Amino acid sequence: MNTGKKYLSKLEKSLDEGKFAITCEIGPPKGADQEEIREAAEYLKGIADGINVTDLQSSVMRLGSLATCTLLKQWGYEPVFQMTTRDRNRLALQSDLISAYTMGIRNVLAITGDYTTVGDHPQAEPVYDLDSVQLLWTMKTLEEGKDLSGNDLTAAPKFFKGAVVNPGADTEAAYELQIIKMKKKIEQGAQFFQTQAIFDAEVFKRFMDRLEKEKIDVPVLAGVILLKSKGMANYMNKFVPGVFVPGPLIEKMDTTGDKVATCIEIASGLINEVKPYCSGTHIQALGWEKHIPAVFANIK
Amino acid sequence: MILTEFKPIEEILERLKEEKVVFIMGCGGCPEGANTGGMEVLNDMKTKLEENGIKVSGVIEIDFLCQKALIRSRLKPRKQEIEAADSVLVFSCGLGVQASSAVIDKVCHPALNTITFGGITGMWQGTERCDTCGNCILDLTGGICPYTACPKKLENGPCAGQGNDMCETDPQRDCGWVLIYKSLKRLGQLDRLMQFIPPRDYRKILPSSELRKTRLWALDEEEAE
Ligand code: SF4
Ligand code: SF4
Repeated sequence: MNTGKKYLSKLEKSLDEGKFAITCEIGPPKGADQEEIREAAEYLKGIADGINVTDLQSSVMRLGSLATCTLLKQWGYEPVFQMTTRDRNRLALQSDLISAYTMGIRNVLAITGDYTTVGDHPQAEPVYDLDSVQLLWTMKTLEEGKDLSGNDLTAAPKFFKGAVVNPGADTEAAYELQIIKMKKKIEQGAQFFQTQAIFDAEVFKRFMDRLEKEKIDVPVLAGVILLKSKGMANYMNKFVPGVFVPGPLIEKMDTTGDKVATCIEIASGLINEVKPYCSGTHIQALGWEKHIPAVFANIK
Repeated sequence: MILTEFKPIEEILERLKEEKVVFIMGCGGCPEGANTGGMEVLNDMKTKLEENGIKVSGVIEIDFLCQKALIRSRLKPRKQEIEAADSVLVFSCGLGVQASSAVIDKVCHPALNTITFGGITGMWQGTERCDTCGNCILDLTGGICPYTACPKKLENGPCAGQGNDMCETDPQRDCGWVLIYKSLKRLGQLDRLMQFIPPRDYRKILPSSELRKTRLWALDEEEAE
């Protein structure tokens, strides 16, 4: 289909054309080594419409998202620049957004970010000068050629703006708040959503039904984590709020003779199940990027 | 003494734009000293509201609004006036507005901005906490302060980190945004959550030169001499 429409990014184009979009997340290394990133990205070649780069995920100090996105861009990939509001105030956030644009980065994902105390610098000051809704609003403001103080920019950047939502919030209040905040994010310019990892297709379907009722039709990419072991499942159930791995899946990982094959089977199965209900999927491989081609080999 | 200053009347009228009848409540503690309280101030506001077409069902000054038991007992005889009102306009620091919200089933609008605690945190130690942000938004958040109830100081809704309604940073601590949700739900005001709150202005945490002329500073400076 050629509508003659100009797109900011390949990801925007895929989503707009109704293709089932695939984004994969990689975490920069703790240090200055680039090889790990290059290797991870190579596995995603020809599969991913966008590669998300985490921004000091879990509040652990490491190579930055902006630098990694720039490298990916130079190597010919399509990065999705994840940006938390935990570590930078509004001056730095605006400046990094403009920097990203000048480096050719177009997809930006606005997130709040885990609290500082969960990471490896628990003594650090939590900044949170802006929240994720305000970060989207900031992008919108910059796109209008102004900064947050109303000063003119010499040239305005333009972004394909994303945000996150958790379809698995565990209480009525948390769930309703997710919906309310999602609407606020859309009002402030969010154009696509990646979800927190899901393991239960039913939970996801219920969420998508709710969005339909609310007349929310912004593209949603279902979050999928590669489940590597029983230990990882138990850990997530205990420590990662909003994520619930059902018993039968844990059992499967526990009793399998081939963890990799089972992991791939679970991920592909889940994606096949949710595919009819959403616009794409967002994969967190957590180091198992090399198995991603196998996951998608099984997608119908 | 806690220092507060008046919110601009335009801001108060904007926040009251959907209310027809308002009950006015003032704290007789710190605001009296900061020249932001006292019956004169409260009656003055009554006149201003009436001039703008808002009815006032009653005016009361209570010794300390940071004391929930005291608010409860002093409001008992004034029940009808409160019931007749759509909302309550409160002249106190953030702690007083929070304490008032906790015991009154109506939206409590702050009439003042809390600038600094000048060394103390209320006359009574309650569970309420204020971060002296200088731009009180408690009426948008059900009387729960997002700057102190949420460690990330989020203004437009929660992160996705809470589990079982407890905060990501500490499973023993309530998620402030869940508290905000529950409070607004109790007040039938969930639609307030849709209002976009722009980033706070950090200049407002600095006491203005005007406030530096108040009794607290004068006393301090006298002592230093
Ligand atoms: S919003 Fe919170 S920090 Fe700001 S004045 Fe009100 S109670 Fe205090
Ligand atoms: S869990 Fe709730 S209180 Fe804790 S940081 Fe997130 S939104 Fe704030």
